[in-house]
Amino acid sequence: MLSMLAQIPFDAILILLPLGAGMLSFLWPVIARALGLLTTVAVLMSVIGLGWQIQQSGSHIHLLGGWSAPLGIQLYADGLSLLMLAATAIVGFAVSIYATRYFSRRHDEVRFWPVWLLLLGALNALFLAADIFNLYVTLELLGLAAVALTALTGSRQALVGAMRYLFATLLGSLCYLLGVALLYQTYGTVDIALLGELLESSPGVWAALGLITTGLVLKTALFPFHFWLPPAHASAPAPVSAVLSALVVKASFYILLRLWLTLFNPTDDSINNLLGLLGATAVLWGSIQAFRQTRLKLLIAYSTVAQIGYLFLAFPLAAASGGLAWNAVAYLALSHALAKAAMFLTAGNLIHFDGHDRIADLDRVVQRLPVTAWAFALAGVSIMGLPPSGGFIGKWLLLEAALKQGNWGIVTVLVVGGLLAAAYIFKVLGNTFTEALHHHESSTSVPARMEWTAFGLALGAIILGFTATPVLEIINLGSPFSAREISP
Amino acid sequence: MSPQLIYPLIGAGLFSLGLYGLIVHSHLLRKILAINIMGSGVFLILVALAKRSGEMPDPVPHAMVITGIVVAVSATALALAMMLKLHTETGRTDLPDDQQT
Repeated sequence: MLSMLAQIPFDAILILLPLGAGMLSFLWPVIARALGLLTTVAVLMSVIGLGWQIQQSGSHIHLLGGWSAPLGIQLYADGLSLLMLAATAIVGFAVSIYATRYFSRRHDEVRFWPVWLLLLGALNALFLAADIFNLYVTLELLGLAAVALTALTGSRQALVGAMRYLFATLLGSLCYLLGVALLYQTYGTVDIALLGELLESSPGVWAALGLITTGLVLKTALFPFHFWLPPAHASAPAPVSAVLSALVVKASFYILLRLWLTLFNPTDDSINNLLGLLGATAVLWGSIQAFRQTRLKLLIAYSTVAQIGYLFLAFPLAAASGGLAWNAVAYLALSHALAKAAMFLTAGNLIHFDGHDRIADLDRVVQRLPVTAWAFALAGVSIMGLPPSGGFIGKWLLLEAALKQGNWGIVTVLVVGGLLAAAYIFKVLGNTFTEALHHHESSTSVPARMEWTAFGLALGAIILGFTATPVLEIINLGSPFSAREISP
Repeated sequence: MSPQLIYPLIGAGLFSLGLYGLIVHSHLLRKILAINIMGSGVFLILVALAKRSGEMPDPVPHAMVITGIVVAVSATALALAMMLKLHTETGRTDLPDDQQT
């Protein structure tokens, strides 16, 4: 029985199932909703299966069609991929449940499921890809699906936001592809592991590194390339915003992290420090902008800009503390995925209920939508980095790495960023308790399903605060962060 | 100048030209064309680099370019469809400033 389970190619299922289901749901819109839900459940099970396989036999390589590199396409999975796949599966499952009740127009829902399943397949493929050209293809699939989902409602704001997003994502992909071309020209392979062994310092490699990093940073919306994120994330429908903020920006960050770990082993401090500096600026600027917003969805979107900044703070720390800083980043990415998805879903609930998301006009939310208010508060705890929450563990690990090296600049940014986050979270929470000037008796009620999925995600972000040891063990399966001795 | 150098340089030139066009032009169609020119630059570099030292050219970059063209066609189609939708919605062919959205 167990040996049969070990033979199932869960990694291939994770890619093919959502893609196939996406096409089917496009052809038969009648079954789209059921098919979508079923697919996300199956994806969740497959991730668990894959995790079990990796735990049994270490990091996992799957040769598609039996062809080995450099000819064939490989799938590769270790703890880091598993973590991202798990985040995708959990958020994807919750968002799918939410989406079964969210769309008021049948027309929108029919268009949502195929593109969302395509996006899910692209995300899974990206986290499993083992060569830099496949990463390009999955990046493009992901980008196009994300843009199409942003434009789903066809409203003016959504179209403008999606258009900006499209240009940013295409520009990022082309920079990345040019970098890939330069690497292939020098080494004649696109396999990440092979490149990791071959890479040496040369002007061509540095040009490739610069292009790839620029492209990915643009797609990850690191300050100052964040201009496209707030309009796109704020104008998309709630389940789409949740997926974009929680997963899609993490995907390009995952590629950057993966390439950084295997290819461009950080020996040159100036680039690491530059990324760290941009990250620090993003934390401060994004938080201040979030505080200045008057609309809830824009506030949450700017909060994403700030939280992305934290991920980049690890780059200057990693050279000396290696694993610790990367563990912190992985933990932060996972807890941000859950908390931010929960926040966007609660924003969707409020819009569904009141028809607007002006923070100052929130009217007695705590009395009328207690579960939603709780969900926002719990997600806020993790975003602020208060204990007990996943955000706290991630920031604590980062703080530990910074203190060990006496990097007081980063310590300051961590503390100030936490305070600013508290400021914008409490700005919203304060208004959920008060009455608005103009009373608004809503005729619509929020379906329980929509409230409880948001609550479940937020609770997940809190639970992560108690499960640091097992989760970190999972992340380090196949030791993705072990330092390789390469001198670029 | 040897062809090994001319084509990659032209490709890099196209890439820069497209990037410049993408930044300075506000008309959406021009932006979409600029992205396509950038893409062509990258494809030209890939194809040019496939021929090394006079032997048989390496087929892998050609396969990559074909994949890249497929991606570029679908991206352009999506961009054009969204541009048309935006035009019917707002009557404009450029993106409004952030303040107005």
